[in-house]
Amino acid sequence: MTLRGDLALITKLINADARVLDLGCGTGDLLASLQAEKNVNGYGLDKDPTNIQVCLSKGVNVIEQDLDAGIANFADDNFDMVVMTDALQAVRDPRGLLREMLRIGEECVVTFPNFGHWRCRAQLGLRGHMPVSKHLPHHWHNTPNIHLCTTQDFERLCHEENFRIIQRRVVNTQYREHWSITLAPNLMASHAFYRLGRPS
Amino acid sequence: MNSAAVSVGIVSPQRFHSVAPLTLQNGSVLETYELVYETYGTLNTDKSNALLICHALSGHHHAAGLHQEDDAKPGWWDACIGPNKAIDTNAFFVVSVNNLGGCHGSTGPRSINPNTGKTYGPDFPHVVVKDWVNTQAALADHLGIDVFAAVVGGSLGGMQALQWSIDYPDRLRACVAIASAAKLSAQNIAFNEIARQAISSDQDFNEGRYFEEEKNPDRGLGLARMIGHVTYLSADGMGTKFGREVKSGDFDAGDDVEFQVESYLNYQGRAFTQYFDANTYLLMTKALDHFDPARETKGDLVSAFQKATCKYLVLSFSTDWRFSAARSQEIVDALVRAKKNVASAVIESEHGHDSFLLPIERYTNALKTFLDQLLIMQKGESE
Repeated sequence: MTLRGDLALITKLINADARVLDLGCGTGDLLASLQAEKNVNGYGLDKDPTNIQVCLSKGVNVIEQDLDAGIANFADDNFDMVVMTDALQAVRDPRGLLREMLRIGEECVVTFPNFGHWRCRAQLGLRGHMPVSKHLPHHWHNTPNIHLCTTQDFERLCHEENFRIIQRRVVNTQYREHWSITLAPNLMASHAFYRLGRPS
Repeated sequence: MNSAAVSVGIVSPQRFHSVAPLTLQNGSVLETYELVYETYGTLNTDKSNALLICHALSGHHHAAGLHQEDDAKPGWWDACIGPNKAIDTNAFFVVSVNNLGGCHGSTGPRSINPNTGKTYGPDFPHVVVKDWVNTQAALADHLGIDVFAAVVGGSLGGMQALQWSIDYPDRLRACVAIASAAKLSAQNIAFNEIARQAISSDQDFNEGRYFEEEKNPDRGLGLARMIGHVTYLSADGMGTKFGREVKSGDFDAGDDVEFQVESYLNYQGRAFTQYFDANTYLLMTKALDHFDPARETKGDLVSAFQKATCKYLVLSFSTDWRFSAARSQEIVDALVRAKKNVASAVIESEHGHDSFLLPIERYTNALKTFLDQLLIMQKGESE
């Protein structure tokens, strides 16, 4: 199975036999790969019936739960890693959820589309309309993405919350790294990966 | 595909007669007992495709197919059991048993007590979910089944499936608990107590010895069933099904009208007294109230699940308030903390607790996919 580029990157970050919780696990590709390749004890939360059905067909531990209702039902320190790919911008309370992720898990991995990418800036700044792209395909009136942010915004929040940024990967639309992106991530990265730890 | 069109066909109940004495959880001993059961599908050569169905409060062994060609209704879970259905009898060998203490042929309050030569009636010992699981395991021995591919049940049946995973961790590969709970809420126990009071306050109840006078507490048992029925439906579901439709009488003529919902409930209550025993109803509701596997682990459900090795599927329904989705979530949360493999879904349905008996597409798809996946994985492991 070929994983989407972002999921392949996350797979590399996770240790064998780890206990993983995937928030907004979608069709369970990441968990299926982690179970097969790294023998993780993984669970995924999702609220979409179609996604859940696909997860069941893969034998993935999918649990029907809406992230906006909170994840208070999970115990402190219950997971090695809590993952959330491309869901941060769609949840009602991103800050609260990030705190919860680091309560439940020792570390977390968060990925999101960077709204500071030059294409977004160009569409809004030069052409005067809300950005629409491969990673943000919706229009302003039908988007589920209610909390878009830039890498700069995200890092400011991490700073305010004292979250430790253990690792950052900034990539282009093909999920590849490039020196130009590293040079000016908030302008050049279309996607960002952050591995966070608890306040030290 | 029309689910009514495919069926396991004509089935015949079988009997398992146990001669090994059974010590129940309350210490009483049954020297012998009988269980009546049905099977659907074919046991494969390595006996790895057996699936046990555990029934709910008013259920029995006749879960699928017909006893006779002209039966008005098929078994109680025919919506889910049959060729290519959620519980696919082309793939699984399905065993469905009437629980000890039941009133459909297994040893119970209507049976003769060999020590006295008289009908047990109210003297039939108090049985609990663990006792049922033990007798189901004895039946599995009799059938030569070491390990069930899955143990599946709804409501009280789900409780048995959970208990199986705790008491016989090596004898099942999957546990499916549908519209169930790890223990009843106070509200749920309260409804059971009202039902029991309805039965025991019937003047024909005679402290459970109604059969000695050739009477039956029809009014009380019917009322108990009516109470149950209301709690198994949702407010919206009842609204859709009955609304304020009038069965008989005319408002304008100043009649005392009978609403459709009244007529329905009265019919259900009356019908129930024809095939269900009052003492069994008391026994089954007591077993429901009593169930709490965490009692053995100082109230800690996570510890109770610690020994389990199977994977779990926990399903609930959006409008079920008797066994709400929150109760299923408690099971899931404990299983996650116990590091067990578990999947869950909350199925949108307006049919309340009764949903688990109905062919709701998302529900049957989820169940089928989970069970089929078990066999695929099993095949993969053995190759």
